Amino acid sequence: MPPRRPMGPPPKLPKGRMKVVLGRLLALVTKKHAFAIVIVFICLLARAVLSAYGVSLLKELVDDGIKPMIGVSNPDLGPLYSVVIRMSITYAIVVFLAWLHSRLMINVSQDALMSVRNSMMRKMQTLPLKYFDTNKNGDIMSRYTNDTDTLRQMISQGIPNLFSSIVTIVAVFYGMIRMSWQLTIFVVLCLVIIVFVGKFLAGKSSTFYVAQQKSIGKTNGFIEEMLNGQKVVKVFNHEEKAVEEFNRLNEDLCNNAKRASIFANIMMPVMAQMSNFLYFFVAIAGAALIITGKLPLTLGTLVAFLQYTKNFTNPITQVSQEVASVVMALAGADRIFTLIDEKPEIDDGTVTIARVHENADGTLTECAERTDHWAWKKVTDGETELIPLKGFVKFNDVTFGYNEEKTVLKDINLYAKPGQKIAFVGHTGAGKTTITNLINRFYDVNEGEIVYDGINVKDIKKDDLRRSLGIVLQDTHLFTGTIRENIRYGRLDASDEDVVKAAKLANADYFIRHLKDGYDTVITGDGGMLSQGQRQLLSIARAAIADPPVLILDEATSSIDTRTEKIVQDGMDKLMEGRTVFVIAHRLSTVRNAKAIMYLENGVITERGTHEELIAQHGNYYRLYTGAFELE
Amino acid sequence: MIKKLASYIGEYKKNTILAPALMVMEVLMDTMIPYIMALLINNGLEKGDGDLNYVIRTGVIMLVMSFGGLLFGVTSGMHAAIASTGLAKNLRKALFSKVQGFSFENIDKFSSSSLITRLTSDVTNVQNTFQMIIRMCVRAPLMMVFALIMAFRLNAKLASLFVIAVPFLAVALYFIITNVHGFFKQMFKEIDNLNNDVQENLLNIRTVKAYVRESYEIDKFEKITDKIAKIAVKAEKIMVIQMPIMMFVVNAINVLLSLIGGKLAIYGEVEVGTLNSLFTYTMQILMSLMMVSFILVMLVMSIASAERITEVLNEESTLKNPENPIEEVKDGSITFEHVDFAYEKGEDKNVLTDVNIDIKSGMTVGIIGGTGSSKSTLVQLIPRLYDVTGGSVKVGGVDVRDYDMHALRDAVSMVLQKNEVFSGTVTSNMHWGDENATAEEIKKACDMACASEFIEQWEDKYDYKIEQGGNNVSGGQKQRLCIARALLKKPKILILDDSTSAVDMRTDALIRDMFKNEIPDTTKIIIAQRIASVMDSDMIIVLEEGRVSAIGTHDELYKTSEIYKDVYDSQVKGGDDDAA
Repeated sequence: MPPRRPMGPPPKLPKGRMKVVLGRLLALVTKKHAFAIVIVFICLLARAVLSAYGVSLLKELVDDGIKPMIGVSNPDLGPLYSVVIRMSITYAIVVFLAWLHSRLMINVSQDALMSVRNSMMRKMQTLPLKYFDTNKNGDIMSRYTNDTDTLRQMISQGIPNLFSSIVTIVAVFYGMIRMSWQLTIFVVLCLVIIVFVGKFLAGKSSTFYVAQQKSIGKTNGFIEEMLNGQKVVKVFNHEEKAVEEFNRLNEDLCNNAKRASIFANIMMPVMAQMSNFLYFFVAIAGAALIITGKLPLTLGTLVAFLQYTKNFTNPITQVSQEVASVVMALAGADRIFTLIDEKPEIDDGTVTIARVHENADGTLTECAERTDHWAWKKVTDGETELIPLKGFVKFNDVTFGYNEEKTVLKDINLYAKPGQKIAFVGHTGAGKTTITNLINRFYDVNEGEIVYDGINVKDIKKDDLRRSLGIVLQDTHLFTGTIRENIRYGRLDASDEDVVKAAKLANADYFIRHLKDGYDTVITGDGGMLSQGQRQLLSIARAAIADPPVLILDEATSSIDTRTEKIVQDGMDKLMEGRTVFVIAHRLSTVRNAKAIMYLENGVITERGTHEELIAQHGNYYRLYTGAFELE
Repeated sequence: MIKKLASYIGEYKKNTILAPALMVMEVLMDTMIPYIMALLINNGLEKGDGDLNYVIRTGVIMLVMSFGGLLFGVTSGMHAAIASTGLAKNLRKALFSKVQGFSFENIDKFSSSSLITRLTSDVTNVQNTFQMIIRMCVRAPLMMVFALIMAFRLNAKLASLFVIAVPFLAVALYFIITNVHGFFKQMFKEIDNLNNDVQENLLNIRTVKAYVRESYEIDKFEKITDKIAKIAVKAEKIMVIQMPIMMFVVNAINVLLSLIGGKLAIYGEVEVGTLNSLFTYTMQILMSLMMVSFILVMLVMSIASAERITEVLNEESTLKNPENPIEEVKDGSITFEHVDFAYEKGEDKNVLTDVNIDIKSGMTVGIIGGTGSSKSTLVQLIPRLYDVTGGSVKVGGVDVRDYDMHALRDAVSMVLQKNEVFSGTVTSNMHWGDENATAEEIKKACDMACASEFIEQWEDKYDYKIEQGGNNVSGGQKQRLCIARALLKKPKILILDDSTSAVDMRTDALIRDMFKNEIPDTTKIIIAQRIASVMDSDMIIVLEEGRVSAIGTHDELYKTSEIYKDVYDSQVKGGDDDAA
């Protein structure tokens, strides 16, 4: 289910911004299809003018084709034929134009949509993690769904309709003036009243609409919350209270919806009958003028003029609606452009990663094939230097905060030699996860530096840095696709055998084989059919196949039950062999064989040492892990 | 299905009948007017030198009719609005109460998110469709019929043009709709894919970045957008013929009317006013045809929603109160006798097999076991969240199926593994446990659950506003709030299903200590991954693949149970810290 956008109409944009957004939209649409757009507008223009001309032919039909011949003994059908032929041609062109511009708009709007979607995704992938941590997923989602959809409507319908309405109004107005300026003035005066009433109704309607949307938001929010917690509701016998509260909200919603709906419903008959009134007044007035002979008005003129009146009121009532919808769509477009304009992750790094093989004399040579050796490739003044990738990570006086007001980590100093395992422990919010976020540069340090094999991580290209790091996250999310594809995510060119090998290493092979389709089992809905533990095993397999020199494990074993954990542990040990590992763990068994344990408290390392040393210290670490026994 | 849904119109029957009835009147007015207009021109203008009186007389009639149309239209719209929003209200109400009566099994069957869709967008769809049925489904065909009748009354010869045009247009529209339908279906599916892909990317952004798969994801996404664009172009190519065809038919009729009508007029067989009104009828008839095609599409789309709603309404709760329920739970003793349980009936898919356990009132019982060993399932049988498929579960010596469910669940308090706090204050959440709990009682419960220590650090303390889904409390805080809430029920049996996993060990131990001292008579069942959480229990149950593998105290199990020993050793023993 796609997340719903917060209810209520989107806020209006300030005028200046609206212009900017409109300009960018135009640029976007015209980039590829400038010619098509010009044609579309010509079509719209020609269509409106020709339609108006078609109506004026009615006058000729009556006044020249029919009236003079009535009662004539040998009528000349020539003028009638002439008018009908011109009519046919005009209408044929109008129909063709109508098809042509809609047909041309298909490619224009679909290309624009695709380009907007693709630009959003391209930009999104480059954004820093901070963006995702500070924006709600639903909010980002709605740009791909609601906002793009309103944009499509605006491009393919809103703007062309608006343009064609305006042209029609002008063309019809011209036609009317030519026939009878007196009647035209009369029509315009009446229209002012109609527009006024329409505006009043629309205003009322939108007030009620907003109230309705608010009410919907409240009710849906309640429904969502209760149904998501339905099992809790049952366990607490809370059903009746929930129903009671719901009925109250539901009643409210019904009242608001009723009001909004009534106004929406009466809008149509009111506007239709008002333009009918106008039509009759014109008919009566025109008829009176003809009969009294006060004005030189012919029957043909009246018939055509009546048709004009009809063609005049429709676009006028439409224009206001279309303007409103374009304004709404612009707000959506603005949100889309804001995403596209977001600043990407900063990456000034130049050091890259390269495959090498070791020569007999110990020097390294870069090579294309897969070897067991990697190196950092540093180019300074044209000189290429290859530094072996070992996985020596060092924090020098690192200070960090997600925002300026709050420092999360203070003066962190630590190092992990190649192949060493460093464990972080401490309470929630102590800063454990943050440390690991800094290593792979999900976030950048504010002060101090992190050095990787002697190179400041800021000098390493982000992609290459991350390729050298494997990560197993706290929550494992999977992608729609087969299990095999999900494991292969760690290394796209991995063979099927590699996948199985990695799964075996992570001890995931056993459960995978027991699934109905084994490695080809399709995972949907974020792997809902797998247990949290199984998903984590897949995540470990994914890291295993990537085969990185440095591993980050974020509470990777916390959701695997102790039995499974034991199974995982062997695999993990194999995985960790020869690698530098940073691990955040709750369990004794995980930290026990760490080279060093960092006890974090409020962003500061307060205790460090091996498990035995820390236990001997009888400090917080000791309390955290033995408190349970101590209390006995 | 329609009958079922229609029964929820309830008190809005009057509006449901009035709306279309008034609509009939409106259509009648709308279709009469052009006829009178023709009379006005023919008799008032064309006869001799014109008859001003006649013109004014018929003009007034038209105005009155138009005003009538306005009146009928507005009232019809009002009744339709009342009827449709009323139906929506009744449906939501019925659905919500129905879901409240659902058992866990029912909820599992539908899933929460699907139930939410049914209560929100599906109801809205049905509401809109219902409104359309009582308004447009009446308006469109009637308009066509009336306009045809009036046109024939004006001039049968010319009106016969419609008889050719209408079927032609109908066939064309049918062709377009049927052809386009398949493409739209495909497109909706692809759009679902696209949304799913974006969602996954948002959830997985850390993974994507960690494995440097940005360009891989972009490629994947662009393949989808490309596919959507291709299908959309195909669909719209067909769609854009619709309007021109419509225009073509209208214009063709107009031209033919002009030609044939013009000729007839010259020979005095038809009058100009008639011709003028026939133009109007052309529009009315063809517009109503378009409307019919539009309605058909909408109807097809909302049938799925209607089906989903009826499915919920027709679902019977799988758990029912017994005939003469027992209202009181005597004590907190629990007995499992040869209990078998399976989520799916029929097949041999037991998740619990021949479980026999005897728990005395006031005991503390620990349950451990691997993933899939059915620990949660086992305890969910106690408050009768599911019914056993074989054997029986007894609480206080009575089969749980003989109790009033309300009474049973009041006596058995359970903290679920996947627990939820609700938007509102801490206090309002606590009131779930006991509506009438005083501030002191709440504080006491929070003390016991070690929740007061963080609550009282908040500025608003017990008035602290919890956001939907508990997004502004940490996992450990949420768990402790849930425990406090469960304690407020003053239950005879308290079940914690892995409820302290996010709480640190010290606090975890404190909570258990509180339980021991404060609620000694309550039977406490604790499922945990940490052996420390259960090792001091009076009785520890080791589950393995749905069977009881061993029961005993820590000392007994350490000696007799291989599994228990393994787990204990991996978590506690090892290295050389035993001295600690």
